[in-house]
Amino acid sequence: MNMLYEYMGYELIDKIKNKEVSIQEIIQSHYKRIKETEKLTHSFVYLTEEEKALRKAKECDEDLNKGKQIGRLYGLPLANKDLICIKDTPTTCCSEILKGYYPPYNATVIDKLIEKGGAIHIGNTNMDEFAMGSSTETSCYGPSYNPWDLLRVPGGSSGGSGSAIAAGHAVFALGSDTGGSIRSPASYCGVVGLKPTYGRVSRYGLVAFANSLDQIGPITKCVYDSAIMLEIMAGKDPLDSTSVDIKCDNYTEVLTQSIEKKILGVPEEFFGEGLAKSVKNSVEKAIKKLQSLGAKIVNVSIPHLEYTVPTYYLLCMSEASSNLARFDGLRYGKMSDDLGGDVFDVFSRTRGAEFGTEVRRRIMLGTYTLSAGYYDMYYIKALKVRTLIKNDFQEAFKKCDSIVCPTMPTTAFKIGELIDDPLQMYLMDILTCPVNLAGLPALSIPCGFDNNDLPIGFQIIGNYFDESGILNIGYQLEQELNLFRKMAPIKTGGKKK
Amino acid sequence: MSKTHEVIIGLEVHIQLTNLKTKFFCSCNSDYRGVEPNTYICPICIGLPGSLPVINKKAIEFATRLALALDCDINDTFWFYRKNYFYPDLPKGFQISQYNKAGGKAFADGGKITIKLNGKKKEIILNRIHLEEDPARLVHKGTIATSPYTLVDYNRSGVTLIEIVSEPVIGTPEEAREYLKQLKSIVQYCGISNLDLEGSVRVDANISLKGHPRSEVKNINSFKEVERALKWEIQRQKNQLNRGKELIQETRHWDDKRRITISLRTKEFEQDYRYFPEQDLVPIEVDDKFISNVKKELPEMPNERAKRFQQKYKLSEFDSEILVLDKDIADIFEIGIKKDKSFGPEEYKLYCNWLMGDISRWLNDNNKSITETKLNAQHIVDLINFINEGKITGKIGKTLVDEIMTKGTSISNILKKTGKQRISDKEEITQIVNDVIKENPNIIQDYKTNPKALQALIGKCMQKTRGQIDPEITKEIMLKLLNK
Repeated sequence: MNMLYEYMGYELIDKIKNKEVSIQEIIQSHYKRIKETEKLTHSFVYLTEEEKALRKAKECDEDLNKGKQIGRLYGLPLANKDLICIKDTPTTCCSEILKGYYPPYNATVIDKLIEKGGAIHIGNTNMDEFAMGSSTETSCYGPSYNPWDLLRVPGGSSGGSGSAIAAGHAVFALGSDTGGSIRSPASYCGVVGLKPTYGRVSRYGLVAFANSLDQIGPITKCVYDSAIMLEIMAGKDPLDSTSVDIKCDNYTEVLTQSIEKKILGVPEEFFGEGLAKSVKNSVEKAIKKLQSLGAKIVNVSIPHLEYTVPTYYLLCMSEASSNLARFDGLRYGKMSDDLGGDVFDVFSRTRGAEFGTEVRRRIMLGTYTLSAGYYDMYYIKALKVRTLIKNDFQEAFKKCDSIVCPTMPTTAFKIGELIDDPLQMYLMDILTCPVNLAGLPALSIPCGFDNNDLPIGFQIIGNYFDESGILNIGYQLEQELNLFRKMAPIKTGGKKK
Repeated sequence: MSKTHEVIIGLEVHIQLTNLKTKFFCSCNSDYRGVEPNTYICPICIGLPGSLPVINKKAIEFATRLALALDCDINDTFWFYRKNYFYPDLPKGFQISQYNKAGGKAFADGGKITIKLNGKKKEIILNRIHLEEDPARLVHKGTIATSPYTLVDYNRSGVTLIEIVSEPVIGTPEEAREYLKQLKSIVQYCGISNLDLEGSVRVDANISLKGHPRSEVKNINSFKEVERALKWEIQRQKNQLNRGKELIQETRHWDDKRRITISLRTKEFEQDYRYFPEQDLVPIEVDDKFISNVKKELPEMPNERAKRFQQKYKLSEFDSEILVLDKDIADIFEIGIKKDKSFGPEEYKLYCNWLMGDISRWLNDNNKSITETKLNAQHIVDLINFINEGKITGKIGKTLVDEIMTKGTSISNILKKTGKQRISDKEEITQIVNDVIKENPNIIQDYKTNPKALQALIGKCMQKTRGQIDPEITKEIMLKLLNK
């Protein structure tokens, strides 16, 4: 018999509704799992006290027994990325500079998923410091480990959420995606990650890294669970001016639709140099599966793909240099003990000491590219290239409904392998960051394994606000491949012996 | 020998939209004056991580009113920029502002304010107006230089500011004063701000002598200080040149305690604000329909009102232009003159004289605006009627102003209380005149050779009655008795 933590979220919801299992049992099962394997994966940087979570679970069970309506997520455990604010709960963005900070307010998605949705917050997950990284190695708490091979990274920046879901530490997890930060861990950890259209989900309460690119999304074991989360999270928020008032579908209801008439675009540039053979083969096989389900495959082109990494890094660093200016230690977080000199000296000492290497690097580069004399040369030029990339996708979507391609060019790399080579690390985002530059939605689902038994991610990119379309295709492929119940072994080394 | 130098002044005036109930990007109360520090705050206006700004639509309406009143071209779409710099009063590390370079647009471009100096009209052309948020307030003990600490009060953080930037076309500190006087009046008529509130105005002035680098004087915290600061800075620049020294482009600080400008930094140390678009706010569209709706609601502006006063109430150009400057004063005028149906142009002029004369003088002396006093429109109606009916003299009327302004007592009640009635009863006056004749034989003697001594005798009657005696009747009776 399966352990409770192995079930899909929608299955647990059915079991609760049918009174086969109590919410307390589910919470207990997850805490038990965490006790066994969290020390191996290091998914969490903050864990809710078990007693507190169980108390909530008990309340939910009692409400249900009284016949009361409870939230749609039925007390299931939700892991939150450490940069989405929960009232009176430590939120550090995995940075020394925010240690000890307790936000006095809830992010909109937290209100929706926990306050209204009834999920139980089980903890905050590890991430690259301020979401700046593709491996969780820049976290001030140290890296998370990939449950498929503990010597490897879980991807990033939402690596803790990816490994938590793969390890069965939570049913639902939140991530944020600026250049691939949801899809990278989904791909490396063999789980599902959805980056919604920019503006689909409120960013209110998400600590900004690059605010024109950031978007919150779900990381789950299966497509259906991501659809449930999106249904709850999506929609216009009066507190986020960039959130959009465009009709949200009932995402869980579109999943079973046939994809027979779908036209899927395959962009040749996404299969170019640097793509691992195993990834290429696996993705191509999956495309064939989709074809066998009746989808029509066409070739499309994103000619400016080669410019996306520099464009993306230029823009995200520029924005980050401004977004992170507020962390001066004056009002919250850590401040330098040495108060010598004037206020600027104290600000500089605080920021110099408490931000990590990668964050400092990006702030300095971003400050440089926004400076007088360089602004036109770098920032404005990058905005122009961004428009070209958007146009590329718009052209492609004239020929197809969705685009299919790999999520990451490789499977998970080893911890320490790229951390000292930032440019190589940045190149890992080549297939994900164009989606953020264009503001499109994209889904990553597992489509196979390489020779080391490491998961491979399949990316489905949709047109603006067409989350329904990509969830539908993702669900159909997922059911056809039937890989989603495969649990990560949580062990070191490649092939199963 | 000192050369004459042509002075070039451009002003950047920052005005808080004090009539807005809430702040620019959050729903906190913006009426922060006199409030416990750091109580009118929320995650948005203290820039907590994860918070996002949402624009106050009313602020756009207010800006539209001013732009229309100043005859600016309102841009159909505009967006905000981040002005990046570190300072304890800036909780996000950037100020949400606007920028008219690098692809940015101001809220509105151009516009003008017409001033009149020594009877000559001049149009001061505007460059642009734009919107931005106010930083927090830094509180020091004494002056910045000597205070042992700095306290930060975020209640002001996020209050809406509108910046009005003139072209460098102002020629003298006096022109600057007139420009600000007109601007203040227009802002008041637009109903967007009360510029009498402390801290509601901040002015930066660009000052240069033609052919030489300019200096920017910051931190002029009231309209009254501007003329003073300009005069000082112009003199400083002239002195430098007269001593054979070069001027440099620099930013200077107006020290209102010592009343001098102090160099803050020179050009090579100018801050680079790294302006770039604020993408947490979407571009804001101001369409023609919105503008025409605002236009419909826009009240009459002071220059139109002055013209109307000339035509309808037969006031002179000079009188009407001064009378309309303060909307509240002009409102009292219009209400007051309608209270008595018998009033005509003569009374209108008298009413205007009271407001521009004794009332305005009292306001100046007491540093108050008219709405802060107990004066109502009826008071001046009564003053005019009591004097016309001979119940009091003009001189007595003037002595009543202080009590009207501070206590609001009606004229008839003041007179009852103090007995300051005019004496116009002929028998009573005859008695007083007889007494004065008896008491002053020397003046009577003088009168026989010098008819001008009559004034001295009437003066004695006034003295005796503390000014209450009617001078016309007294003169008549005095002449009759003396010529007997």
